[in-house]
Amino acid sequence: MSKRHNWSIPYFVFMVLFVVLPLLLVAVYAFQDGNGRFTFANIVRFFSDSNALSTFALSIEVAIENTVLCILIGYPAAWLLANRKYNRSAVTIILFILPMWINALMRTLATAELFNILGVQLGKGTLLYGMVYDYLPFMIYPIYTILQKMDKSYAEAAEDLGATPSQVFWKVTVPLSMPGVRSGILMVFMPTVSTFAISEFLTNNKIKLFGTIIQENINSSMWNYGAALALIMLLIIGISTLFNKNDGEEAESSLI
Amino acid sequence: MKKFLAQTYLWILLILLYAPLIFIAIFSFTEARVLGNWTGFSTQLYENLFTGNVNGSASLISAVRNTFIIAIVAALISTVLGTLAAIGIHNLRGRKKSTMLFLNNIPMLNPDIITGVSLFLLFVFLRISQGYATVVLAHVTFCTPYVVLSVLPRITQLSPNTYEAALDLGATPMQALWKVIVPQLRPGMVSGFFLAFTMSLDDFAVTFFTRGTIGLDTLSTFIYTDARKGGLTPELRPLMTLIFLIILILLVIINVRQAKQQNSIKNK
Repeated sequence: MSKRHNWSIPYFVFMVLFVVLPLLLVAVYAFQDGNGRFTFANIVRFFSDSNALSTFALSIEVAIENTVLCILIGYPAAWLLANRKYNRSAVTIILFILPMWINALMRTLATAELFNILGVQLGKGTLLYGMVYDYLPFMIYPIYTILQKMDKSYAEAAEDLGATPSQVFWKVTVPLSMPGVRSGILMVFMPTVSTFAISEFLTNNKIKLFGTIIQENINSSMWNYGAALALIMLLIIGISTLFNKNDGEEAESSLI
Repeated sequence: MKKFLAQTYLWILLILLYAPLIFIAIFSFTEARVLGNWTGFSTQLYENLFTGNVNGSASLISAVRNTFIIAIVAALISTVLGTLAAIGIHNLRGRKKSTMLFLNNIPMLNPDIITGVSLFLLFVFLRISQGYATVVLAHVTFCTPYVVLSVLPRITQLSPNTYEAALDLGATPMQALWKVIVPQLRPGMVSGFFLAFTMSLDDFAVTFFTRGTIGLDTLSTFIYTDARKGGLTPELRPLMTLIFLIILILLVIINVRQAKQQNSIKNK
């Protein structure tokens, strides 16, 4: 088994080249002007641009609202699915995950078209509906996995000791399922902050989210400002992952 | 009563989740160009899809082909790179090991727009012209971590003795690897491959930023450009319906087989 640790070297080199270096380049471009000179102008521009700031605030707001809605709708669903009394078949959970395999853009466009037919005005309401629609399975699945694996004897012990069903739920089941909820939050919140195509389709371009302005700047060759915006998003993500450091791994491993 | 309410809740959610898909499926059987117009039953769109003789559908078919080729190539490279890396990481200790695992987590936690923009800047910086190769490289970047994470637990379960035994019995290290280690890792590699494959199929943002300007389209970027031009290529409707049916049938088969296996284990 002597030199087998060397086998990680190709992957290490690959990651330095395609993960670390690109992220460093985001920072480098963010602090350069068009001629490659060092400048703070891109960052200053963001903080003095009221449009960009309000888009940023709106993105965070939509992401929080989407996450809260996904928990409120997804938790009961996950609980019912994991509960033998209400759901005996393992196929039902698969039915909830299945739509994720169909192209998200196509589903989003069809949703927008359905709203048009029903005569619903596209706007913030339809945007939130579409977000919840796209991300709900990512909330249901990790919570379901945790609830399924949960040792039933805790709940039974609480019952034996005289807890009412609602006490059992709030004081035993919910606290024990928190790791699943946190993975769900991670998998819903961050993608929502950064999404771009979905918001364009669901609001007919009326509402822009932060991802959209990053994309617009990069595509119109304003690389330096685009990189500065990406750097700001990267910082937000860095901060929110530091808050639940170990949950990232949990979230991903529950996917596998 | 409680049970009735519970089931109603789940059913309402399912109906809402499937409404857009059913909507697409129904309107795949009419000729109207605009989704939501019904101009009578017709299988014309299905014919167009397979013969590829209508303006939009030829480029649609090439987009589908690109999507699959990129996904297969990226998933294969990721599986090899990720399996080697997992074996290496397993044999690392302390600081080096945690550094590798930390690096491995970055692409999974990065939102795809960041992955896309940062790789775009890399290719611009290195003056690499973007196209097929850069898209595949980008997909390998965000797929490999999933392979590493699905192979790593398998290696931990391996008994080191089997490898030593093979060597004692006269196998070369290469033979021992191919005949002893790889077969035991195969389930992890297979699930890693399929994970990488689906991640690649699903991707939109990373492809969007790394495909360059040579007109390379995958299904996602095709749909995006199409929708921004106004009006989707109608042949997308039968295509989506078919993809949905194929996935549904695959899942049913997998589940029936699993249920049978579990039953046979119980009966033993």
